[in-house]
Amino acid sequence: MMIRFIAIVCLLGIGELHAQDMTALVKKVKAKLDVVNDYTAEGVMKTDIVFIKAPISKIKVFYKKPNSFKLVKDGGISLLPKGGISVNMSTIIAADDYVALAAGDAVFEGTKVKLVKVIPTDENSNIVLTTLYIDEENLLIRKAVSTTKENGTYDMQLYFGKYAQLGLPDKVIFSFNTKDYKLPKGITLEFQDTKQQSDLDKLKNKKGKVEISYKNYVVNKGIDAAIFKN
Amino acid sequence: MWQLIQIELFKISKRPRTYISFVAITALIAAVQIGLKVDGASYVDFMMSTTSSIEVNGNVLNGYLICYIILQMLLVNIPLLITLIAADMISGEANMGTLRLLLTKPYARWEIVLAKFVAATFYTLALLVWLAILALFVSMWVFGTDDLFLFKSSYIVLIEKNDVFWRYCGAFAFAAVAMTTVAALGFLTSVFSDNSIGPIVTTMSIIVFLTILSTMNIPLYATIQPYLFVTHMNSWKEFFDQQVNENNEAIVGSIQNPGRIINSLWILGLHIVGFVGAAMYFFHKKDINS
Repeated sequence: MMIRFIAIVCLLGIGELHAQDMTALVKKVKAKLDVVNDYTAEGVMKTDIVFIKAPISKIKVFYKKPNSFKLVKDGGISLLPKGGISVNMSTIIAADDYVALAAGDAVFEGTKVKLVKVIPTDENSNIVLTTLYIDEENLLIRKAVSTTKENGTYDMQLYFGKYAQLGLPDKVIFSFNTKDYKLPKGITLEFQDTKQQSDLDKLKNKKGKVEISYKNYVVNKGIDAAIFKN
Repeated sequence: MWQLIQIELFKISKRPRTYISFVAITALIAAVQIGLKVDGASYVDFMMSTTSSIEVNGNVLNGYLICYIILQMLLVNIPLLITLIAADMISGEANMGTLRLLLTKPYARWEIVLAKFVAATFYTLALLVWLAILALFVSMWVFGTDDLFLFKSSYIVLIEKNDVFWRYCGAFAFAAVAMTTVAALGFLTSVFSDNSIGPIVTTMSIIVFLTILSTMNIPLYATIQPYLFVTHMNSWKEFFDQQVNENNEAIVGSIQNPGRIINSLWILGLHIVGFVGAAMYFFHKKDINS
Protein backbone atom coordinates (compact mmCIF):
# COMPACT_ATOMS: atom_id res chain seq x y z
CA MET A 1 0.00 0.00 0.00
CA MET A 2 2.76 2.37 1.00
CA ILE A 3 4.75 1.49 -2.12
CA ARG A 4 1.73 2.18 -4.34
CA PHE A 5 1.23 5.56 -2.64
CA ILE A 6 4.88 6.49 -3.14
CA ALA A 7 4.68 5.43 -6.80
CA ILE A 8 1.60 7.64 -7.42
CA VAL A 9 3.27 10.61 -5.71
CA CYS A 10 6.40 10.07 -7.82
CA LEU A 11 4.38 9.85 -11.02
CA LEU A 12 2.47 13.01 -10.19
CA GLY A 13 5.73 14.66 -9.28
CA ILE A 14 7.30 13.67 -12.57
CA GLY A 15 4.21 14.90 -14.40
CA GLU A 16 4.46 18.22 -12.60
CA LEU A 17 8.16 18.41 -13.34
CA HIS A 18 7.46 17.66 -17.01
CA ALA A 19 4.79 20.39 -17.16
CA GLN A 20 7.22 22.84 -15.62
CA ASP A 21 9.80 21.88 -18.19
CA MET A 22 7.39 22.82 -20.97
CA THR A 23 6.55 26.12 -19.33
CA ALA A 24 10.25 26.80 -19.23
CA LEU A 25 10.54 25.95 -22.92
CA VAL A 26 7.63 28.22 -23.83
CA LYS A 27 9.18 30.96 -21.72
CA LYS A 28 12.47 30.51 -23.58
CA VAL A 29 10.65 30.86 -26.88
CA LYS A 30 8.81 33.88 -25.53
CA ALA A 31 12.08 35.39 -24.34
CA LYS A 32 13.42 35.05 -27.87
CA LEU A 33 10.32 36.73 -29.29
CA ASP A 34 10.51 39.42 -26.61
CA VAL A 35 13.62 40.83 -28.23
CA VAL A 36 11.25 42.25 -30.81
CA ASN A 37 9.34 45.20 -29.36
CA ASP A 38 7.73 46.16 -32.62
CA TYR A 39 7.99 45.56 -36.31
CA THR A 40 6.51 46.43 -39.64
CA ALA A 41 6.75 44.16 -42.63
CA GLU A 42 5.59 44.13 -46.19
CA GLY A 43 4.21 40.99 -47.66
CA VAL A 44 2.02 39.21 -50.13
CA MET A 45 -1.23 37.58 -49.11
CA LYS A 46 -2.94 34.71 -50.91
CA THR A 47 -6.50 33.95 -49.91
CA ASP A 48 -7.72 30.46 -50.68
CA ILE A 49 -11.29 30.28 -49.45
CA VAL A 50 -13.54 28.13 -51.57
CA PHE A 51 -16.40 30.64 -51.82
CA ILE A 52 -14.20 33.68 -52.35
CA LYS A 53 -12.52 34.71 -55.58
CA ALA A 54 -9.78 37.08 -54.53
CA PRO A 55 -6.50 38.05 -56.20
CA ILE A 56 -3.08 37.95 -54.55
CA SER A 57 -2.60 41.23 -52.73
CA LYS A 58 0.22 43.25 -51.27
CA ILE A 59 -0.14 43.84 -47.56
CA LYS A 60 1.59 45.57 -44.70
CA VAL A 61 1.63 44.29 -41.13
CA PHE A 62 2.27 46.17 -37.91
CA TYR A 63 3.09 44.62 -34.55
CA LYS A 64 3.74 46.19 -31.19
CA LYS A 65 4.27 44.48 -27.85
CA PRO A 66 2.45 42.99 -26.07
CA ASN A 67 -0.34 42.03 -28.46
CA SER A 68 -1.14 44.77 -30.95
CA PHE A 69 -1.26 43.42 -34.48
CA LYS A 70 -2.70 44.92 -37.61
CA LEU A 71 -2.73 43.77 -41.19
CA VAL A 72 -3.69 46.24 -43.89
CA LYS A 73 -3.96 45.65 -47.57
CA ASP A 74 -2.08 48.10 -49.71
CA GLY A 75 -5.05 50.34 -50.52
CA GLY A 76 -7.81 47.78 -50.58
CA ILE A 77 -10.06 45.30 -48.86
CA SER A 78 -8.45 42.48 -46.89
CA LEU A 79 -9.95 39.17 -45.81
CA LEU A 80 -8.85 37.37 -42.66
CA PRO A 81 -10.30 34.59 -40.55
CA LYS A 82 -12.70 36.01 -38.01
CA GLY A 83 -12.15 35.72 -34.29
CA GLY A 84 -9.55 38.27 -33.40
CA ILE A 85 -6.70 35.84 -33.88
CA SER A 86 -3.83 37.64 -35.41
CA VAL A 87 -1.43 35.92 -37.72
CA ASN A 88 1.34 36.32 -35.19
CA MET A 89 2.91 33.96 -32.66
CA SER A 90 3.90 36.66 -30.21
CA THR A 91 0.31 37.48 -29.41
CA ILE A 92 -0.58 33.84 -28.69
CA ILE A 93 2.01 33.45 -25.96
CA ALA A 94 2.10 37.10 -24.99
CA ALA A 95 0.37 36.56 -21.68
CA ASP A 96 1.82 34.70 -18.72
CA ASP A 97 -1.43 33.17 -17.52
CA TYR A 98 -1.23 29.74 -19.13
CA VAL A 99 -0.29 26.18 -18.30
CA ALA A 100 2.06 24.40 -20.68
CA LEU A 101 1.96 20.61 -20.75
CA ALA A 102 4.13 18.21 -22.66
CA ALA A 103 2.38 16.19 -25.33
CA GLY A 104 5.29 14.24 -26.78
CA ASP A 105 7.68 14.59 -29.68
CA ALA A 106 6.98 14.74 -33.40
CA VAL A 107 8.61 15.56 -36.70
CA PHE A 108 7.20 18.55 -38.58
CA GLU A 109 8.42 18.82 -42.16
CA GLY A 110 11.73 17.18 -41.38
CA THR A 111 12.37 19.04 -38.13
CA LYS A 112 12.14 17.37 -34.73
CA VAL A 113 9.67 19.27 -32.58
CA LYS A 114 8.26 19.14 -29.07
CA LEU A 115 4.49 19.14 -28.79
CA VAL A 116 3.28 21.46 -26.06
CA LYS A 117 -0.33 21.96 -25.03
CA VAL A 118 -0.85 25.53 -23.86
CA ILE A 119 -3.99 26.05 -21.78
CA PRO A 120 -4.89 29.63 -20.82
CA THR A 121 -5.85 29.99 -17.18
CA ASP A 122 -7.91 33.11 -17.86
CA GLU A 123 -11.53 31.96 -18.09
CA ASN A 124 -12.37 34.82 -20.44
CA SER A 125 -9.74 33.85 -22.98
CA ASN A 126 -11.24 33.11 -26.39
CA ILE A 127 -8.58 30.46 -26.93
CA VAL A 128 -9.38 27.19 -25.17
CA LEU A 129 -6.28 25.26 -26.12
CA THR A 130 -3.21 25.77 -28.27
CA THR A 131 -0.90 23.00 -29.38
CA LEU A 132 2.56 24.30 -30.19
CA TYR A 133 5.10 22.42 -32.31
CA ILE A 134 8.32 23.85 -30.91
CA ASP A 135 11.70 23.41 -32.56
CA GLU A 136 13.64 23.13 -29.30
CA GLU A 137 17.04 23.52 -30.91
CA ASN A 138 16.27 26.86 -32.57
CA LEU A 139 13.53 27.95 -30.14
CA LEU A 140 11.08 28.45 -32.95
CA ILE A 141 7.39 27.64 -33.13
CA ARG A 142 6.91 25.72 -36.37
CA LYS A 143 3.21 25.10 -36.05
CA ALA A 144 0.35 26.06 -33.75
CA VAL A 145 -3.16 24.66 -33.60
CA SER A 146 -5.58 26.79 -31.59
CA THR A 147 -9.10 25.84 -30.57
CA THR A 148 -11.32 28.79 -29.77
CA LYS A 149 -14.65 29.15 -28.02
CA GLU A 150 -16.48 30.80 -30.87
CA ASN A 151 -14.53 30.39 -34.07
CA GLY A 152 -13.51 26.76 -34.31
CA THR A 153 -9.99 25.49 -34.76
CA TYR A 154 -7.17 27.38 -36.46
CA ASP A 155 -4.00 25.89 -37.79
CA MET A 156 -0.94 28.06 -38.29
CA GLN A 157 2.25 26.84 -39.98
CA LEU A 158 5.33 29.02 -39.86
CA TYR A 159 8.33 28.88 -42.16
CA PHE A 160 11.53 30.67 -41.20
CA GLY A 161 14.39 32.16 -43.15
CA LYS A 162 16.75 35.06 -42.56
CA TYR A 163 14.76 36.49 -39.64
CA ALA A 164 14.74 33.17 -37.72
CA GLN A 165 17.09 34.54 -35.07
CA LEU A 166 14.33 36.99 -34.11
CA GLY A 167 11.59 34.39 -34.33
CA LEU A 168 9.96 36.18 -37.25
CA PRO A 169 8.64 33.93 -40.02
CA ASP A 170 9.15 34.39 -43.75
CA LYS A 171 5.88 32.67 -44.46
CA VAL A 172 2.76 31.87 -42.46
CA ILE A 173 0.00 29.55 -43.65
CA PHE A 174 -3.19 29.98 -41.72
CA SER A 175 -5.90 27.31 -42.11
CA PHE A 176 -9.40 27.42 -40.65
CA ASN A 177 -12.85 25.97 -41.13
CA THR A 178 -15.17 27.98 -43.32
CA LYS A 179 -18.87 27.97 -42.79
CA ASP A 180 -21.45 27.71 -45.52
CA TYR A 181 -22.06 30.85 -47.54
CA LYS A 182 -25.38 31.46 -49.19
CA LEU A 183 -27.28 34.62 -50.04
CA PRO A 184 -30.90 34.61 -51.21
CA LYS A 185 -31.14 35.23 -54.95
CA GLY A 186 -33.71 37.93 -54.23
CA ILE A 187 -30.95 39.99 -52.64
CA THR A 188 -28.25 39.38 -55.20
CA LEU A 189 -30.67 39.31 -58.18
CA GLU A 190 -28.57 36.40 -59.52
CA PHE A 191 -31.51 34.55 -60.96
CA GLN A 192 -29.44 32.84 -63.61
CA ASP A 193 -26.95 31.18 -61.33
CA THR A 194 -25.57 28.33 -63.36
CA LYS A 195 -23.74 26.56 -60.56
CA GLN A 196 -24.75 22.93 -60.21
CA GLN A 197 -25.79 21.44 -56.87
CA SER A 198 -22.57 19.37 -56.78
CA ASP A 199 -20.57 22.60 -57.07
CA LEU A 200 -22.59 24.16 -54.28
CA ASP A 201 -21.98 21.13 -52.04
CA LYS A 202 -18.25 21.59 -52.56
CA LEU A 203 -18.54 25.03 -51.04
CA LYS A 204 -19.67 23.64 -47.70
CA ASN A 205 -17.44 22.66 -44.79
CA LYS A 206 -14.16 23.27 -46.56
CA LYS A 207 -10.89 24.48 -45.09
CA GLY A 208 -10.02 28.07 -45.81
CA LYS A 209 -6.40 29.07 -46.16
CA VAL A 210 -4.60 32.40 -45.94
CA GLU A 211 -0.92 32.43 -46.87
CA ILE A 212 1.26 35.42 -46.08
CA SER A 213 4.82 35.73 -47.35
CA TYR A 214 6.76 38.42 -45.50
CA LYS A 215 9.69 40.50 -46.63
CA ASN A 216 11.40 43.67 -45.53
CA TYR A 217 10.95 43.41 -41.78
CA VAL A 218 11.73 46.67 -39.98
CA VAL A 219 12.32 45.72 -36.34
CA ASN A 220 12.38 47.86 -33.19
CA LYS A 221 12.14 51.20 -34.95
CA GLY A 222 9.02 52.29 -33.03
CA ILE A 223 5.43 52.35 -34.24
CA ASP A 224 2.75 54.93 -33.54
CA ALA A 225 0.00 53.33 -31.42
CA ALA A 226 -2.59 55.19 -33.49
CA ILE A 227 -2.01 52.71 -36.32
CA PHE A 228 -3.74 49.99 -34.31
CA LYS A 229 -6.89 52.04 -33.77
CA ASN A 230 -9.64 51.47 -36.30
CA MET B 1 -30.59 60.81 -93.55
CA TRP B 2 -28.68 62.80 -90.93
CA GLN B 3 -31.18 65.63 -91.38
CA LEU B 4 -34.02 63.20 -90.66
CA ILE B 5 -32.25 61.98 -87.51
CA GLN B 6 -31.75 65.58 -86.36
CA ILE B 7 -35.44 66.30 -86.88
CA GLU B 8 -36.41 63.21 -84.88
CA LEU B 9 -34.00 64.13 -82.11
CA PHE B 10 -35.50 67.62 -82.03
CA LYS B 11 -38.98 66.11 -81.69
CA ILE B 12 -37.84 63.88 -78.85
CA SER B 13 -36.25 66.82 -77.06
CA LYS B 14 -39.50 68.79 -77.27
CA ARG B 15 -41.62 66.11 -75.61
CA PRO B 16 -42.06 66.56 -71.85
CA ARG B 17 -42.18 62.79 -71.33
CA THR B 18 -38.55 62.59 -72.52
CA TYR B 19 -37.44 64.17 -69.29
CA ILE B 20 -39.60 62.00 -67.03
CA SER B 21 -37.05 59.19 -67.37
CA PHE B 22 -34.12 61.46 -66.50
CA VAL B 23 -35.95 62.85 -63.47
CA ALA B 24 -37.02 59.37 -62.35
CA ILE B 25 -33.46 58.01 -62.63
CA THR B 26 -32.03 61.02 -60.81
CA ALA B 27 -34.55 60.66 -57.98
CA LEU B 28 -34.01 56.91 -57.64
CA ILE B 29 -30.23 57.12 -57.63
CA ALA B 30 -30.26 60.03 -55.19
CA ALA B 31 -32.56 58.04 -52.88
CA VAL B 32 -30.23 55.02 -52.97
CA GLN B 33 -27.10 57.12 -52.46
CA ILE B 34 -28.56 59.13 -49.58
CA GLY B 35 -29.92 55.96 -47.95
CA LEU B 36 -26.59 54.16 -48.17
CA LYS B 37 -24.65 57.23 -47.09
CA VAL B 38 -26.80 57.60 -43.98
CA ASP B 39 -27.38 53.95 -43.11
CA GLY B 40 -25.05 51.95 -45.32
CA ALA B 41 -23.27 50.37 -42.37
CA SER B 42 -26.30 48.26 -41.46
CA TYR B 43 -26.59 47.11 -45.10
CA VAL B 44 -22.95 46.03 -45.07
CA ASP B 45 -23.36 44.36 -41.67
CA PHE B 46 -26.25 42.32 -43.03
CA MET B 47 -24.20 41.22 -46.02
CA MET B 48 -21.16 40.48 -43.85
CA SER B 49 -23.23 38.28 -41.55
CA THR B 50 -23.23 35.73 -44.37
CA THR B 51 -19.43 35.53 -44.30
CA SER B 52 -19.41 34.37 -40.69
CA SER B 53 -15.93 32.87 -40.73
CA ILE B 54 -14.25 35.78 -42.52
CA GLU B 55 -13.41 39.26 -41.30
CA VAL B 56 -13.47 41.89 -44.02
CA ASN B 57 -11.46 45.07 -43.52
CA GLY B 58 -11.55 48.10 -45.77
CA ASN B 59 -13.99 50.45 -47.43
CA VAL B 60 -16.51 47.87 -48.67
CA LEU B 61 -19.26 50.41 -49.23
CA ASN B 62 -17.33 52.40 -51.83
CA GLY B 63 -18.47 54.04 -55.06
CA TYR B 64 -17.93 50.92 -57.14
CA LEU B 65 -20.20 48.78 -54.95
CA ILE B 66 -22.83 51.53 -54.82
CA CYS B 67 -22.85 51.67 -58.62
CA TYR B 68 -23.25 47.89 -58.81
CA ILE B 69 -26.17 47.99 -56.37
CA ILE B 70 -27.82 50.77 -58.39
CA LEU B 71 -27.33 48.96 -61.68
CA GLN B 72 -28.81 45.78 -60.24
CA MET B 73 -31.91 47.67 -59.24
CA LEU B 74 -32.24 50.03 -62.19
CA LEU B 75 -31.30 47.98 -65.22
CA VAL B 76 -34.38 45.88 -64.53
CA ASN B 77 -36.62 48.96 -64.59
CA ILE B 78 -35.00 51.18 -67.19
CA PRO B 79 -36.64 49.27 -70.07
CA LEU B 80 -39.94 50.68 -68.88
CA LEU B 81 -38.55 54.23 -69.14
CA ILE B 82 -37.11 53.59 -72.59
CA THR B 83 -40.45 52.23 -73.76
CA LEU B 84 -42.08 55.59 -72.96
CA ILE B 85 -40.23 57.16 -75.87
CA ALA B 86 -39.45 54.27 -78.23
CA ALA B 87 -43.04 52.96 -78.34
CA ASP B 88 -44.26 56.45 -79.14
CA MET B 89 -42.01 57.10 -82.11
CA ILE B 90 -44.46 56.12 -84.86
CA SER B 91 -47.73 55.72 -82.97
CA GLY B 92 -47.28 59.24 -81.60
CA GLU B 93 -47.14 60.62 -85.17
CA ALA B 94 -50.24 58.60 -86.08
CA ASN B 95 -52.02 59.83 -82.97
CA MET B 96 -51.29 63.48 -83.77
CA GLY B 97 -52.16 63.01 -87.43
CA THR B 98 -48.69 64.01 -88.65
CA LEU B 99 -47.75 60.61 -90.05
CA ARG B 100 -49.28 61.25 -93.46
CA LEU B 101 -47.56 64.64 -93.60
CA LEU B 102 -44.26 63.06 -92.64
CA LEU B 103 -44.50 60.58 -95.47
CA THR B 104 -45.00 63.31 -98.05
CA LYS B 105 -41.34 64.20 -97.60
CA PRO B 106 -38.95 62.99 -100.29
CA TYR B 107 -37.64 60.09 -98.25
CA ALA B 108 -38.29 56.38 -98.53
CA ARG B 109 -40.33 54.84 -95.74
CA TRP B 110 -37.40 52.72 -94.62
CA GLU B 111 -35.29 55.86 -94.25
CA ILE B 112 -37.90 57.46 -92.03
CA VAL B 113 -38.19 54.31 -89.92
CA LEU B 114 -34.43 54.01 -89.63
CA ALA B 115 -34.04 57.68 -88.69
CA LYS B 116 -36.67 57.31 -85.98
CA PHE B 117 -35.01 54.19 -84.64
CA VAL B 118 -31.58 55.85 -84.60
CA ALA B 119 -33.10 58.81 -82.74
CA ALA B 120 -34.69 56.42 -80.20
CA THR B 121 -31.29 54.75 -79.81
CA PHE B 122 -29.67 58.15 -79.18
CA TYR B 123 -32.24 58.75 -76.46
CA THR B 124 -31.49 55.31 -74.95
CA LEU B 125 -27.76 56.01 -74.96
CA ALA B 126 -28.29 59.46 -73.42
CA LEU B 127 -30.27 57.83 -70.62
CA LEU B 128 -27.47 55.33 -70.00
CA VAL B 129 -24.81 58.06 -70.04
CA TRP B 130 -26.86 59.97 -67.48
CA LEU B 131 -27.15 56.76 -65.44
CA ALA B 132 -23.37 56.26 -65.64
CA ILE B 133 -22.67 59.83 -64.55
CA LEU B 134 -24.95 59.56 -61.52
CA ALA B 135 -24.48 55.91 -60.54
CA LEU B 136 -20.76 55.60 -61.19
CA PHE B 137 -19.05 58.97 -61.17
CA VAL B 138 -21.16 60.64 -58.47
CA SER B 139 -20.90 57.49 -56.31
CA MET B 140 -17.12 57.45 -56.80
CA TRP B 141 -17.03 61.10 -55.76
CA VAL B 142 -19.31 60.70 -52.73
CA PHE B 143 -18.19 57.26 -51.45
CA GLY B 144 -14.63 57.08 -52.78
CA THR B 145 -13.11 54.11 -54.58
CA ASP B 146 -11.70 50.84 -53.31
CA ASP B 147 -11.72 47.17 -54.24
CA LEU B 148 -15.08 45.85 -55.37
CA PHE B 149 -16.41 43.26 -52.93
CA LEU B 150 -19.37 41.58 -54.58
CA PHE B 151 -21.88 39.23 -53.07
CA LYS B 152 -23.09 36.60 -55.51
CA SER B 153 -25.69 34.05 -54.43
CA SER B 154 -23.19 31.26 -53.79
CA TYR B 155 -19.79 32.96 -53.69
CA ILE B 156 -18.02 36.28 -53.22
CA VAL B 157 -15.85 38.09 -55.73
CA LEU B 158 -13.14 40.55 -54.72
CA ILE B 159 -11.95 42.67 -57.64
CA GLU B 160 -8.96 44.96 -57.23
CA LYS B 161 -9.62 48.69 -57.47
CA ASN B 162 -7.45 49.11 -60.56
CA ASP B 163 -9.31 46.27 -62.27
CA VAL B 164 -12.83 47.65 -61.85
CA PHE B 165 -13.31 50.71 -64.07
CA TRP B 166 -12.88 48.93 -67.41
CA ARG B 167 -15.46 46.40 -66.27
CA TYR B 168 -17.97 49.21 -65.78
CA CYS B 169 -17.13 50.54 -69.26
CA GLY B 170 -17.85 47.06 -70.62
CA ALA B 171 -21.01 46.70 -68.53
CA PHE B 172 -22.43 50.03 -69.70
CA ALA B 173 -21.56 49.23 -73.32
CA PHE B 174 -23.34 45.90 -72.94
CA ALA B 175 -26.30 47.61 -71.24
CA ALA B 176 -26.48 49.96 -74.24
CA VAL B 177 -27.00 46.98 -76.56
CA ALA B 178 -29.54 45.42 -74.17
CA MET B 179 -31.52 48.65 -73.85
CA THR B 180 -31.39 49.22 -77.61
CA THR B 181 -33.10 45.84 -77.96
CA VAL B 182 -35.88 47.11 -75.71
CA ALA B 183 -36.07 50.30 -77.77
CA ALA B 184 -36.31 48.18 -80.94
CA LEU B 185 -39.17 46.15 -79.48
CA GLY B 186 -41.02 49.31 -78.43
CA PHE B 187 -40.37 50.72 -81.85
CA LEU B 188 -41.86 47.63 -83.52
CA THR B 189 -45.04 47.75 -81.43
CA SER B 190 -45.48 51.44 -82.21
CA VAL B 191 -45.89 50.58 -85.92
CA PHE B 192 -49.15 48.73 -85.24
CA SER B 193 -51.00 51.39 -83.32
CA ASP B 194 -52.45 54.83 -83.85
CA ASN B 195 -52.14 55.86 -80.21
CA SER B 196 -49.19 55.89 -77.79
CA ILE B 197 -50.66 54.07 -74.82
CA GLY B 198 -51.22 50.77 -76.62
CA PRO B 199 -47.62 50.17 -77.76
CA ILE B 200 -46.18 51.35 -74.43
CA VAL B 201 -48.38 48.98 -72.42
CA THR B 202 -47.84 46.16 -74.93
CA THR B 203 -44.05 46.50 -74.80
CA MET B 204 -44.03 46.64 -71.01
CA SER B 205 -46.29 43.58 -70.87
CA ILE B 206 -44.06 41.62 -73.24
CA ILE B 207 -40.96 42.46 -71.18
CA VAL B 208 -42.63 41.57 -67.87
CA PHE B 209 -44.05 38.34 -69.31
CA LEU B 210 -40.74 37.25 -70.83
CA THR B 211 -38.79 38.23 -67.70
CA ILE B 212 -41.01 36.00 -65.58
CA LEU B 213 -40.68 33.23 -68.15
CA SER B 214 -36.91 33.55 -68.18
CA THR B 215 -36.61 33.16 -64.41
CA MET B 216 -38.94 30.15 -64.03
CA ASN B 217 -37.09 26.90 -63.36
CA ILE B 218 -39.50 24.74 -65.36
CA PRO B 219 -37.98 22.36 -67.96
CA LEU B 220 -40.60 23.32 -70.57
CA TYR B 221 -39.46 26.95 -70.48
CA ALA B 222 -35.79 26.10 -69.99
CA THR B 223 -35.56 25.13 -73.65
CA ILE B 224 -36.70 28.54 -74.89
CA GLN B 225 -35.01 30.68 -72.24
CA PRO B 226 -31.65 30.83 -74.08
CA TYR B 227 -33.40 32.48 -77.04
CA LEU B 228 -35.33 35.13 -75.11
CA PHE B 229 -33.67 38.54 -75.20
CA VAL B 230 -34.62 39.26 -71.58
CA THR B 231 -32.56 36.23 -70.49
CA HIS B 232 -29.47 37.96 -71.87
CA MET B 233 -30.14 41.47 -70.61
CA ASN B 234 -28.47 40.66 -67.25
CA SER B 235 -25.28 39.38 -68.83
CA TRP B 236 -23.58 42.71 -68.00
CA LYS B 237 -22.89 41.07 -64.63
CA GLU B 238 -20.48 38.68 -66.33
CA PHE B 239 -18.00 41.57 -66.44
CA PHE B 240 -17.86 41.36 -62.64
CA ASP B 241 -16.84 37.75 -62.27
CA GLN B 242 -13.23 36.61 -62.47
CA GLN B 243 -11.51 33.39 -63.37
CA VAL B 244 -9.37 31.66 -60.75
CA ASN B 245 -6.24 29.59 -61.25
CA GLU B 246 -5.59 26.13 -59.77
CA ASN B 247 -4.69 27.75 -56.41
CA ASN B 248 -8.05 29.54 -56.27
CA GLU B 249 -6.35 32.90 -56.87
CA ALA B 250 -8.42 35.31 -58.92
CA ILE B 251 -6.76 36.28 -62.19
CA VAL B 252 -6.63 40.07 -62.49
CA GLY B 253 -8.14 41.35 -65.72
CA SER B 254 -10.01 38.13 -66.47
CA ILE B 255 -13.72 37.47 -67.03
CA GLN B 256 -15.21 34.17 -65.89
CA ASN B 257 -17.42 33.61 -68.94
CA PRO B 258 -16.47 35.91 -71.83
CA GLY B 259 -18.24 33.49 -74.18
CA ARG B 260 -21.52 34.15 -72.40
CA ILE B 261 -21.16 37.90 -73.04
CA ILE B 262 -20.45 37.33 -76.72
CA ASN B 263 -23.35 34.90 -77.02
CA SER B 264 -25.67 37.40 -75.33
CA LEU B 265 -24.50 40.18 -77.65
CA TRP B 266 -25.28 37.96 -80.64
CA ILE B 267 -28.76 37.13 -79.36
CA LEU B 268 -29.51 40.79 -78.54
CA GLY B 269 -28.08 41.95 -81.86
CA LEU B 270 -30.23 39.47 -83.78
CA HIS B 271 -33.28 40.68 -81.87
CA ILE B 272 -32.47 44.31 -82.75
CA VAL B 273 -32.10 43.45 -86.43
CA GLY B 274 -35.26 41.33 -86.31
CA PHE B 275 -37.37 43.95 -84.52
CA VAL B 276 -36.19 46.88 -86.67
CA GLY B 277 -36.45 44.80 -89.85
CA ALA B 278 -40.00 43.80 -88.93
CA ALA B 279 -40.82 47.43 -88.09
CA MET B 280 -39.59 48.49 -91.55
CA TYR B 281 -41.55 45.73 -93.24
CA PHE B 282 -44.81 46.45 -91.44
CA PHE B 283 -44.40 50.22 -91.76
CA HIS B 284 -43.87 49.76 -95.49
CA LYS B 285 -47.20 47.85 -95.61
CA LYS B 286 -48.94 50.29 -93.27
CA ASP B 287 -52.09 51.93 -94.63
CA ILE B 288 -51.81 55.65 -93.89
CA ASN B 289 -54.78 56.71 -95.98
CA SER B 290 -57.50 55.39 -93.67
